Amino acid sequence: MRFIRKTNYHQDIQIFKHDGQIFWYTCLMLILLSFPFFLSDFYLGELALIFIYAIAGIGLMLLTGYTGLVSLGHAAFLGIGAYTHSYFLGLGIPFVFSLSISVLFSSLIGTLLAIPALRVTGIYLAVATLAFSIIVEQILSHWVSVTGGYRGMLVPDPSIGNLSLKPNTTFYFVCLIFVSSSVLISLNILRSPLGRAMTAVRDSEISAQSMGINLARTKTIAFAISAGFTGLAGGLLAHKIGYLAPDSFNLLISIQLLLMVVVGGLGSLHGAIYGAIFIGFLPQALALLRDNLPEKFAQIPGLEPGIFGLILVAVLIYEPLGIYGRWLKIRSFFEEFPLYRRSTHKRQRNFLKTERLR
Amino acid sequence: MTILELKNASVSFGGVKAIENVSFSMEEGEVLSIVGPNGAGKTTLFNLISKIYDLDSGSIIFDDIELISTPPHEIAKLGIARTFQNTELFEHESVLNNLLIGSHVHAKTNLLHELFFLRKARDQELIFRKNAENIIDLLDLQSYRNTKIVSLPFGIRKLVEIGRALCLEPKLVLLDEPSSGLNPEETEDLVFQIEDIKEELAISILMIEHDMNLVSKASDRVIALADGKVLTIGKSQEVQEHPEVIKAYLG
Repeated sequence: MRFIRKTNYHQDIQIFKHDGQIFWYTCLMLILLSFPFFLSDFYLGELALIFIYAIAGIGLMLLTGYTGLVSLGHAAFLGIGAYTHSYFLGLGIPFVFSLSISVLFSSLIGTLLAIPALRVTGIYLAVATLAFSIIVEQILSHWVSVTGGYRGMLVPDPSIGNLSLKPNTTFYFVCLIFVSSSVLISLNILRSPLGRAMTAVRDSEISAQSMGINLARTKTIAFAISAGFTGLAGGLLAHKIGYLAPDSFNLLISIQLLLMVVVGGLGSLHGAIYGAIFIGFLPQALALLRDNLPEKFAQIPGLEPGIFGLILVAVLIYEPLGIYGRWLKIRSFFEEFPLYRRSTHKRQRNFLKTERLR
Repeated sequence: MTILELKNASVSFGGVKAIENVSFSMEEGEVLSIVGPNGAGKTTLFNLISKIYDLDSGSIIFDDIELISTPPHEIAKLGIARTFQNTELFEHESVLNNLLIGSHVHAKTNLLHELFFLRKARDQELIFRKNAENIIDLLDLQSYRNTKIVSLPFGIRKLVEIGRALCLEPKLVLLDEPSSGLNPEETEDLVFQIEDIKEELAISILMIEHDMNLVSKASDRVIALADGKVLTIGKSQEVQEHPEVIKAYLG
C-alpha cells in the first residue's frame, strides 16, 4: 500500500498525486506517441476514433457523472459540431478556426438548451434532451441550404496551411492532442470551485443552494462545457465519417454515448476513457457475434440497440460504478493482498437523489 | 447590535399555518435556541430564513438587509450558513471537499481562470485549503480528512456539516438539531464546540434543539414555539417553567 506523506497544500491540488502516477502516465503517453511507428493504418484510425469518443465521453461525464444531469440527446451536439465544422470548412475557413467556431456554437446551443432543461430533473430531463435531439435531427434534415438535407454534406479534407491532416497518422496525432487537452481542462475544472459546485449540485441541490451555489448558473455552465466538448468531438468525427447525413446523429448514438459513461463508470474521468475504449471495440465484437450466431438471430434488424440495452442493464445491476469501479476493486485487492475482504466494497442500497420528491 | 430580526413572519401551506406572526430579534454574538414539539414549525422557520420557502407576509431583516427579495443562493453570501436535520452533505466527496465547498462564496475566479487553472485559481485553492484546515483543527476532524462521507458514522457527519457551514465564515449559523444522532459523550463535546464557535470565531448561533440539557448549557436565550406561534422567549430556566410551554409538551 502507498501512503502519501503530505507536507504541503500544493500536494492536494496537483494533478499527479504521487511519483508513481507521473511515471505511469508518462509511460502511457510515450506508448501512445510511439504507436504510429509500428501500428498499421487501420488500427491508428480506430484509435483516433476512440480518442474522439473519449472527448465526447468527457463532455457527457462532466454533465451526467459530475453534475448529475442525464442527457439522452448528446448526439445532437455531436451533429451540431460536425455540421458547423464542415460548413465553415467548406467556406474556406482554416481548420483550427472552424473547429473553434463549432465548439463555441455547440456551447451556445448547450446554454440555450439549459434554460428550459433547468426546470426538470432526473427522468424528465432525459426526456427533454431526447426531444431536443429529435428537433436537431429534423433541422439537420430540412435546412437544406446549409446542411444539404437528406442528400448529405461532404466534409472537406482537413489541413493546416499546407500540411494535410487527412492521413491516419497525422489525424491520430491531432486527436491525441485534443483528447489530452480535454482531459487536462476537465481536470482543471474538477479541482476548482466550479467542479466542486457541480458535484455539490449532483449530491444535494438544497444544501448546494444554502452554501451559496447558484444552481441555475452551475447547471448552465455544465451544459455549455459538456456541449462544447461534444461539439469538438463532433467536429473531429466529421472527418472520420467523411460524408454527413442527418441520421448519422440519431438516438442510437445518444444511447451509445450514455452507455459509454455508464459502462466506463459514472463520476470518474477514467470512466469516460474506459467507456470510449469499450464503445470503440464494440462494433468489432458485434460483427464477430453476428458471424457466430445462427442465421436466424444474426439477421434480426434491431440486434445492436438490443445488445446495448442488455449491456446497460447488466452494468447497472452488477457494477453500477462501471469498469473504473471494477478496476478500483481489483487494485485494492492487490494493495491489501492477503487481507482483502469482499465486504469492503459491499454496496449499500442507493436511491437516486434527483428522483426524490420535494 | 441586532443581527437578525423577524417581524410578524407568516407562511402557510394550503390551510396549514406553519408559521404565524412570529417576531423575535437576535443580538450579535448570541446563542439562541428554538425548542418546541414536533410540527411546531422550527425547521420551517429555518427554511424561511435561508429562503428555501418564501414568506407570505412579514419581513426578515439580517444585518440591516431585508431578505424578502434575496434568492436562496445569495443568502450564504450575506453571511448565513446552515446545517440540516438529517445532514445534506455531498456524500460521494471527501470530508475535505465538503469543507472546501463552504468556501465557495469566497471564490473570485472566473471560468477562464478555472479552465486553465491559472495562478489566481491556484492561489485561491491554497487559501481555501488553509481555511478548511483551521476548521478541521477546531472540530478535531483530522483523522477523517480524506474519508468519503458515505463511510462516516452519523455523529461525524453532523460535525462535518457544522464544519462546512463554518468554512463559509458566516456571521450567523443556523444549526438544525445538532445533537440528534449523537451519543451523550458527543453531545457533551458539542457544548464546548458551540462555545468555541461563539467565542473564537465570533459567530452568532440560532439552533433548533430538543436536548434540554444542551439547550440550557449552551444557549443565552430560548424561544419556545408551538403550532407556528411563539409561546415565550427568555432564559432557559424561565422557558422550561412557563405554563404554556409545559402545556404544549404535555397537552
